[in-house]
Amino acid sequence: MPTPVSALSLQRPRTLTAALAMLADDPTLTPIAGCTDVFVNLHFGTLENRRFVDLWGLDELRGIRAGASGASRASIRIGALATYTDIIRSPLVQRRVPMLVAAAREVGGAQIQNRGTLGGNIANASPAGDTLPVLAAAGARVVLRSAKGERTVPFNGFYTGYRTSVRQPAELITAVEIPPIEGRQWWRKVGTRRAQAISKVMMAGVRGRTVRVAIGSVAPTVVQATAAAEVLTKGGSIADAQTALRSEITPIDDIRSTGEYRLRVAENLLAAFWRETK
Amino acid sequence: MIAVINGRRCKLDVHPMKRLLDVLREDCGLTGTKEGCGEGECGACTVLVDGVAVDACLVPAAHADGCAIVTIEGAGRVRAGKALQEAFVKHGGAQCGICTPGMILAAMPVRAGASLEEIKTALAGNLCRCTGYLSIFRSVQAGLKTRPKKKRARANAR
Repeated sequence: MPTPVSALSLQRPRTLTAALAMLADDPTLTPIAGCTDVFVNLHFGTLENRRFVDLWGLDELRGIRAGASGASRASIRIGALATYTDIIRSPLVQRRVPMLVAAAREVGGAQIQNRGTLGGNIANASPAGDTLPVLAAAGARVVLRSAKGERTVPFNGFYTGYRTSVRQPAELITAVEIPPIEGRQWWRKVGTRRAQAISKVMMAGVRGRTVRVAIGSVAPTVVQATAAAEVLTKGGSIADAQTALRSEITPIDDIRSTGEYRLRVAENLLAAFWRETK
Repeated sequence: MIAVINGRRCKLDVHPMKRLLDVLREDCGLTGTKEGCGEGECGACTVLVDGVAVDACLVPAAHADGCAIVTIEGAGRVRAGKALQEAFVKHGGAQCGICTPGMILAAMPVRAGASLEEIKTALAGNLCRCTGYLSIFRSVQAGLKTRPKKKRARANAR
């Protein structure tokens, strides 16, 4: 491994409270959980961070359950440490957010699904994060906690730019809340192959009285295609929706694909979403 | 780090961020676990941690602490693993052999009556550059057929 292990340190809190205290003392610590991104970066020698705090053992962040109280009663709450496998196997998520199950099934292979976590996918903040378009289309909320207290922020306001977010260094993502979703859910990922692929473009859609569309890998952060969705909500043509879509995404050329290809695929995905959710 | 590796309790003095892959190969001498890509793409380093298939190149030693680990060296001690190993020999599932330990470990948690689709999904995280996969899928199908019923519950832990 290019990064020498002797240069690294790991703190291992036993409780969430202890983890938050460690982060309050030293906000430069990097939280780790399933390690499916961190160890890739350590292997490439591209990770600047050397000091980590380990969340993997904090079972209190692991459950998936129906909302228990207050305004979030009807929401489901997915702990930040829920793995993709946990999500795939959860009857509650299968029933309420099938598009999240579909997205989780396309992350890496079984080995990655067994370790990678929903909180990690959000925190890693890659524009190609597979669950992120789903969370955007679902109108999810992210629960953040620090030693000072807890706050809940809308997922659609979570990212502020390429790999940056409103999460403060001393805050941890503890859970994701997903409200009831009205309408048919749809998900599609386009990659080089059907497994173990980083996406070129992926799209989540909800076809209800209000249409919601979110796209990944076509901008610095996940994008809500509000203009395209509005055209469809008002009964406009798919061609008009595609034109609207072109104006709200900014795909780039990179090692996986070209911007022009991504634009075309995004348009095609929008048409497929509409056709397949009739 | 204390772990039960292939049925044997091991106490190891290792850095908590050392890759489980390196712990197994360097500290335990278990070189059957192969490093292919080192980044979770190829599955050659697949091992079972508490019955769950993981890429050992992406697991820090700290996360194996207190766990039961099965590598290819221990697969044959479990009847499900032994059945798969014998099927790989019989059906030509191995050629160069680099991917084989990972393939067998990834197949071990698959349920006994699994369809070909389920087998393909379970092995989707394992790359092979020799066989074109068909002989591997045949081997796994055969290995699952001969799996004794008694061991199913344990192998299906996750």
